[in-house]
Amino acid sequence: MKIAKLQKLTRILVLVCGLSLLLVLVTPIWRIDLDAPQYPEGLSLSIYAKGLAGNVDIINGLNHYIGMKTLHNSDFFEFTVLPYIISFFAVLFIVVALFRKKIFLYIAFALFVVFGIVAMIDFWRWEYDYGHNLNPDAAIKVPGMAYQPPLIGFKQLLNFGAYSIPDIGGWIFIAIGIVLLALVFSEMKYAKK
Amino acid sequence: MKKLKLNYVLLSLSMIVILGMIACKPKNAGNAVSADAAEKAYVAPGHYDEFYNFVSGGFSGQMSVYGLPSGRLLRVVPIFSNDPESGYGYSEETKPMLNTSHGFIPWDDQHHLDLSQTNGEIDGRWVFANANNTPRVARVDLRTFHTAEIIELPNSSGNHSSPFITENTEYVVAGTRFSVPPDNVNGDVPINTYKQNFKGTISFIRVAKEDGKMDIAFQLQCPPVDFDLSHAGKGKSHGWFFFSCYNTEQANTLLEVNASQRDKDFIMAVNWKKAEEYIKAGKGKKVPVKYAHNVYNESTHTATSEIKNEVLVLDTKELKDICYFIPCPKSPHGCDVDPTGEYIVGSGKLAALIPVFSFDKIQAAIAKKDFAGDYEGIPVIKYESALYGEVQKPGLGPLHTEFDGKGNAITSFFVSSEIVKWNIKDLKVIDRQPTFYSVGHLCIPGGDTKKPNAKYVIAYNKITKDRYLPTGPELAQSAQLYDISGDKMQLILDFPTIGEPHYAQAVAADVIKNNSIKFYKIEENKNAFVAKGESEAKVVRTGNKVDIYMTSIRSHFVPDNIEGIKVGDEVFFHVTNLEQDWDIPHGFAIKGAPNGELLIMPGETQTLKWVAEKSGIFPFYCTDFCSALHQEMQGYIRVSPQGSNVPLLFSTGKNLPKSDSTKK
Repeated sequence: MKIAKLQKLTRILVLVCGLSLLLVLVTPIWRIDLDAPQYPEGLSLSIYAKGLAGNVDIINGLNHYIGMKTLHNSDFFEFTVLPYIISFFAVLFIVVALFRKKIFLYIAFALFVVFGIVAMIDFWRWEYDYGHNLNPDAAIKVPGMAYQPPLIGFKQLLNFGAYSIPDIGGWIFIAIGIVLLALVFSEMKYAKK
Repeated sequence: MKKLKLNYVLLSLSMIVILGMIACKPKNAGNAVSADAAEKAYVAPGHYDEFYNFVSGGFSGQMSVYGLPSGRLLRVVPIFSNDPESGYGYSEETKPMLNTSHGFIPWDDQHHLDLSQTNGEIDGRWVFANANNTPRVARVDLRTFHTAEIIELPNSSGNHSSPFITENTEYVVAGTRFSVPPDNVNGDVPINTYKQNFKGTISFIRVAKEDGKMDIAFQLQCPPVDFDLSHAGKGKSHGWFFFSCYNTEQANTLLEVNASQRDKDFIMAVNWKKAEEYIKAGKGKKVPVKYAHNVYNESTHTATSEIKNEVLVLDTKELKDICYFIPCPKSPHGCDVDPTGEYIVGSGKLAALIPVFSFDKIQAAIAKKDFAGDYEGIPVIKYESALYGEVQKPGLGPLHTEFDGKGNAITSFFVSSEIVKWNIKDLKVIDRQPTFYSVGHLCIPGGDTKKPNAKYVIAYNKITKDRYLPTGPELAQSAQLYDISGDKMQLILDFPTIGEPHYAQAVAADVIKNNSIKFYKIEENKNAFVAKGESEAKVVRTGNKVDIYMTSIRSHFVPDNIEGIKVGDEVFFHVTNLEQDWDIPHGFAIKGAPNGELLIMPGETQTLKWVAEKSGIFPFYCTDFCSALHQEMQGYIRVSPQGSNVPLLFSTGKNLPKSDSTKK
């Protein structure tokens, strides 16, 4: 017999996922840490759903040497829609938990994965743009050098080492993805019994 | 033949004796360092020291800050002397700090420092500094290491017994070293009328609890003597202050001889709680005087100087139970109170012993009126009635005493050039170590508080001679660091100092370092001439006064091309450092500036006044290597003859007027 209803545990976990997602609205999602010989204390750029935080002004000041555009929240339309998208997923997960339909879970999971991929592509696109579109009048010009930070991981950019990793919000996001994946598998298996 | 032999024997014997005597000659001072000393004083590169050591600069007028145990110089903080390095005393904002009733006095002789305390423990908020020449007391803010306030002292000359504080920093005291005629009477009197016309004045400066603001609460008018040093009572003796005084002979000439006649001079005990009562009862007299009070405002980055016209004076001759004299052998110098507040140690510079007085016995003697008469109307307590005991044969020329909090005291000896550790209870000498040479003050971290942190004692020496590579006739003074964690005091480090070190303070780094600010917030900058961004940079002419609102950020000034200045113009460069990052100051210097340069901290505005003396092109640039393009951080100002019609123009990054129009 095919069971179209979610298990109780699944429902609780999906509900928890939905509520946890609300935390992503107020926690930093991603961070790019920079360090250089002159910055033993390090510089950090934090990306929130609503905008950038951390040492934005200092980083902007330093980047003018290589001709990188300065970072301004208003240049990123993403910051106006991200809070809505995250809220949408939070509500979606709560709805899935309430309506108990498996198919809803599968759809929600698929959307969530698609969103994650699109977000990362978008992030890479911005990094490429900032790293490559440099002012030709810049004081420091190194032939063949681009300053695109790594999507994830470490990269040396002149005197700065850049380390790009998810922050609290990002880890919550990833954890939710893993939990949902596990739930999807579990529900599929349960259905086949 | 036999006689000859005997002569040989005698000769050989005498040789042996002579050689033996040479071998017996004590080893040279340099050998006094044991093998593990380097390890104890070593702080690896990149690591922090354990203690801050604030060291007075003597005739340099400044305070230097060292790390201990490494002896590394961390900073020189300008207080009473102008400082071309930082622009202190040269910038328009800081000039008022050095104003006095005598006008602009850009130097002094800075002798003693005292860190602010709460409940008898160092709280790390401020350090107070005295000026020994033109009498002043300063307060340095330890968040910024910037001089925050300077107050002048009327009716005084040579503020030596200062700036010692009470256990909750209620008061900072100042005592006149030279007795002089009070400011409000005609001082044009024969010098030999010292006894009739001269007065000794002690000032109590109130310190506001919240912001540290100082004002003179009251002055005590005392008999004319030389007030030397002081320390506040603590614990049970809180409410009392003790001042050493010499020249009770009241000599006005050849003091070397004439002020060394009496067998005993005095320590003056002051009941300042009683003085407060008299003031409440309206016994104080308002006396017209003139003194400067200078305050540095951290949000405007600007100092203001106000001349005050009145001070409240209490006459200690009339108001009997404020002051008491305690006889103390031979021209006492140091006057130090142990951590319990019970023992007061007087160090007679010419005495062969150290008297230790008991606060309880002093109180009992006052209650019983156990007096040996009076001195100029002030009761003199009997020596024996105040005395706890004497340290016998401690050394020669005792000067100052600090405490380890474990029941011991360490006293410096100028003449015998040593520091001596002794037990307060049994008055027995425990250890003595040489200093190189002729130690003056000494310092144990928290050594004059209720809670000493007695890991080290530092000796501050007056003479260095052969200790360092020679540098001509003028040699540095020095400090010596001794580990006192064991029974024996062990010399572990020797380092030169800036100026002449007198009293110093040391405190665990944790008390200070976490409050240290990294830069000033630009949005909180309220300087009247601030430019908070490059768009606010401008040049404004008012008659022959030209205000240039300039910004600096790595690595350019806005504006950096200025034209239309005329000979005779008073040009004010108001430079705002727009950086909001740690350790990125910018400098500002212009060719031919007769006063100095500016060093502007991130978020700060400082002003350099420059008078255009002749026509031509004058370059200006950043003096503090700020970035890879620091050498590019420069600009030009064009000065034209008076009456010229060159328009006032300013720019950065483009030519004004357009370059083709200026072709010649």
